[in-house]
Amino acid sequence: MIKKTVKNVQEALEGVKDGMTMMLGGFGLSGIPENSISELVKLNVKDLTCISNNAGVDDFGLGLLLHKKQIKKMISSYVGENAEFERQMLSGELDVELTPQGTLAAKCQAAQQGFPAVYTPAGFGTEVAEGKETRDFDGKMYVLEHAYKADFAFVKAWKGDEAGNLIFKGTARNFNPLMCGAATITVVEVEELVKPGELDPNQIHIPGIFVQRIFQGKNYEKRIEQRTVRQK
Amino acid sequence: MLDKNGIAQRIAQEVQDGYYVNLGIGIPTLVANFVRDDINVEFQSENGILGMGPFPFDGEEDADLINAGKQTITALPGASFFDSAMSFGMIRGQHVDLTILGAMEVAENGDIANWKIPGKMVKGMGGAMDLVASAENIIVAMMHTNRAGESKLLKRCSLPLTGVGCVTKIVTELAVIEVTDKGFKLLERAPGVSVEEIKKATEGTLIVEGDIPEMKL
Repeated sequence: MIKKTVKNVQEALEGVKDGMTMMLGGFGLSGIPENSISELVKLNVKDLTCISNNAGVDDFGLGLLLHKKQIKKMISSYVGENAEFERQMLSGELDVELTPQGTLAAKCQAAQQGFPAVYTPAGFGTEVAEGKETRDFDGKMYVLEHAYKADFAFVKAWKGDEAGNLIFKGTARNFNPLMCGAATITVVEVEELVKPGELDPNQIHIPGIFVQRIFQGKNYEKRIEQRTVRQK
Repeated sequence: MLDKNGIAQRIAQEVQDGYYVNLGIGIPTLVANFVRDDINVEFQSENGILGMGPFPFDGEEDADLINAGKQTITALPGASFFDSAMSFGMIRGQHVDLTILGAMEVAENGDIANWKIPGKMVKGMGGAMDLVASAENIIVAMMHTNRAGESKLLKRCSLPLTGVGCVTKIVTELAVIEVTDKGFKLLERAPGVSVEEIKKATEGTLIVEGDIPEMKL
């Protein structure tokens, strides 16, 4: 067994520097790497390019990094819930690259799996396709989208073992599995870190080969963005 | 004339037994409330669930179980979870039978604009561009005119496009309209609405053939 465990979040983030490109898992606030984000705030690294489907809310998730002006460029599909984001975008402090959600997933997965680029129909005929190579396959038009290149991927899983094997929970899975192995270093935080053999190999979502560092996270807030309920 | 629930109720009639359906945010979300209970349908939410159920009971909400609108939801028996690449694989691979979404504008050639208004804060397209580029069966749920009273069914979209030549049907408070090679074809009128009213509210070419029946709700 090749051990991927690190002591804590500090060790997990060793080597993080100004100007790096980071992938961060999560959809809205669900499945975001809360511990790694807090540590990025503490390290106060600047000029980051962040690839993440959303940009958090004002006081949580990537909103915490935005608040400290640590992000230079944001690559997302939807950034609607964040007033500070809007302010920085409109003032020109923050560069934003909006990418269709499925394309964002595909560009992460391409990086993970060694494809330099993929053709997708999404965005053809729209401003998203401007300046990009397009091609006809069987009478339908596709846009060539390049794989992302990132220095770090920060991933949140539900359970993991010391070999870096991962299991995700519910819709907190989202982009997390696709970012594993899609960056030079993949850092995974889990709610429950177990010994090898405790997870059923049949149930593993992501094998440890895609993971460089894994640690057990702490104090998960798991904030709910839109609490919708019905009465009994 | 229909209200938002009426539009959703009419669209629900398009949902057939055995369909996998993706519902957008807004009026499309309401469609789930009107689907006949004697047919089997699974709702997909593109953040990673098939078999989406209703909102959880108070106190049972789970931060790890949300829909594409970031609302807490439940999973029905037979549900499954998956990552975003697989989710859009289902969409791109045309395994989802029906996509229902809102729009700011639809053109008579099937172009749709629903993500960006120049000069206003742009929030992003989310999964809309992927959905409209791939789905075979796309129904748009929207109001026939905007707040200024201008038609949203146009010869050409004026706003930045979300997708080209993709919309198959439109249901508004006034009418059910099919997008054909020749333009908007009027299929049904909302209760109490005349063909003339629909013509007046439609900027694009409106094809009216024979008697246009009133919707049955």
